[in-house]
Amino acid sequence: MKTYKQTFAECRKASHSGLKRAALIPFFVIGDPDFDTSFEIIKAAIDAGVDILELGVAFSDPIADGPTIQKADIRALASGINIEKAKDLIRKIKSYKDIPIGLLMYYNLIYQYGTEKFFVDFARAGVNSVLIADLSIDDVDEIYAPARKAGLDTVFMVTPNTEIERAKKIAEKCTGFIYTVSLLGVTGGRDTLSDMIKPLISRLKSITDVPVCVGFGISTPQHAVELAKAGADGVIIGSRIVKIIEDNLNDKKSIPAKVKEFLSQIKEAIEAK
Amino acid sequence: MKYGGRFGQFGGFYVPEVLILALEEMEKAFYKYYKDKKFTTELDVLYHDYAGRPTPLYYATRFSELVGFKVYIKREDLLHGGAHKVNNCLGQGLLAKYMGKTKLIAETGAGQHGLATSMVGALFGMQTKIFMGTIDVERQSVNVHKMRLCGAEVIPVKGGTETLKDAINEALRYWTANVADTFYLFGTACGPHPYPTIVKHFQSCIGIEARAQCLEKMGKLPDIVTACVGGGSNAIGIFSAFVDDKNVKLIGVEPAGKGIKTGKHAAPLNAGKVGILHGTKMYLMQNKEGQILDTESISAGLDYPGVGPEHCLLKDTGRAQYVAVEDKDVLDIFDIFTKCEGILPALESSHSLAWVYSQKGKLPADTTVVVNLSGRGDKDVDIVERNRK
Repeated sequence: MKTYKQTFAECRKASHSGLKRAALIPFFVIGDPDFDTSFEIIKAAIDAGVDILELGVAFSDPIADGPTIQKADIRALASGINIEKAKDLIRKIKSYKDIPIGLLMYYNLIYQYGTEKFFVDFARAGVNSVLIADLSIDDVDEIYAPARKAGLDTVFMVTPNTEIERAKKIAEKCTGFIYTVSLLGVTGGRDTLSDMIKPLISRLKSITDVPVCVGFGISTPQHAVELAKAGADGVIIGSRIVKIIEDNLNDKKSIPAKVKEFLSQIKEAIEAK
Repeated sequence: MKYGGRFGQFGGFYVPEVLILALEEMEKAFYKYYKDKKFTTELDVLYHDYAGRPTPLYYATRFSELVGFKVYIKREDLLHGGAHKVNNCLGQGLLAKYMGKTKLIAETGAGQHGLATSMVGALFGMQTKIFMGTIDVERQSVNVHKMRLCGAEVIPVKGGTETLKDAINEALRYWTANVADTFYLFGTACGPHPYPTIVKHFQSCIGIEARAQCLEKMGKLPDIVTACVGGGSNAIGIFSAFVDDKNVKLIGVEPAGKGIKTGKHAAPLNAGKVGILHGTKMYLMQNKEGQILDTESISAGLDYPGVGPEHCLLKDTGRAQYVAVEDKDVLDIFDIFTKCEGILPALESSHSLAWVYSQKGKLPADTTVVVNLSGRGDKDVDIVERNRK
């Protein structure tokens, strides 16, 4: 199974004119807008050459998400997605291509499944890491050992208001990458890049070698390029892509091609920077 | 964070990283000021002159005759704003002022907490935004008007069940984006640490007064103390003073809505499972996979799928008992009690009265029961009318 380490190493090798290439990481809610379309969309993303997939398991009360992802969660739940089906979709993706997959979800779903069992079962299905949006480094002991034992990498979030000593502690517990939140707020497309993110990347780069991937509000090829230039090891694009799904619900068949086209533009931009 | 905010296995602070700093600041400020002479003196004056504390403990003569034992009413309904919520809002509002915050946000269900926050926002000259589910905006329109009159902005929250839970979701989202200058004035003894501890502290005046009033009026402690439980702030406020009095029974009353068996209720202590929502581990109404269930209760203030972590512990240790009463019994008691005593109880508080009424003929005549009448029912007159048809 392909690891984050291998992927980030490949990206470093793909550097040109002294700049490494940032990993392209799209985010999708599993089963949005329905199981089959979701699979087609994710395959199209893989075909566009993305490096890692960040996948959400829909939750009824996503407090860290803005309206776009909230609606995606509702669509996925309404189409009948559940934990077992999410696992099935992950297996199908992995048999299509061996690409690293990070889950991004809320704690209650994992807690109800049984934390240890969740990690074991999802590692087996092909997941590389599970990032829990509402579990901070203060409660790392509830998940770190079981995650590592199941063979998962760990990923935690750092935000622009995370103090430096705390960021060091977080970095020490991240074996996969640091999910670096670009702004203060919830997920959602933004027109401009937050002015907090470049200083945050520099701060993190000065304290750790763990790859720094940036998400929240990343919406355009220009954003991705700017972040790559600022030293980001990966760019995570969520709401902007999920919005393509939302805007084309009356013609679901057209969505995969549109998602592919958008991701190809981003990919091209970060490769040609 | 200095403390874990745990009550046995319950509580904690399960929130996105972006909120940690704000909760840390709040914890630090709370422990710095809650015993500080200047702070407590200022708060005491506000409790007394602004809110109208202490509230009386009233012996309900006719209601006692009706049920066949002695019922005392802790009159939180007489407070400014019409409910116990002002206790917590003055405390947290003052804390916000000491912390130098200039903006307040709050969630509200019945509108009582939103109203109390709006009053305090006006009092301290702070810009105030209230998040409220669209269904609640409609069923509690009088309170919405009052909030606006106080200068608050009421933000109707769509999505989900459009009730208290969704108002909290949206307030938390807003807070993550405005965390630097905004104080989230949380309404109940729930949510992430330090809220359960802070809210309990600022509501503990109810129990401290009630206990002293019992000793004065009855010459002894009561046999039973009862309060309604949604998030659980009025209940923990009155229970806290009696927890160490082992002979005093504590009865929390949850909303059974259309009936526990129908699933249409909001009684996690009676029919929920341990889970994590809104930053805390607690009993929670959820399906097998952990998706939060829709709740139902005639009282907007109790219409919430979770319950404060300390109540969860009190249930597990057996120190308090948690029962549930249905909407129809709540509507009945609203009429019965009002006709008996000329006091309109809030539909929330009517839950504990309904439990007391259910004990009619079952308890010895010398039994003494204290009911925390957490709010007045003026806001509910329309709802009661509508449900009568």
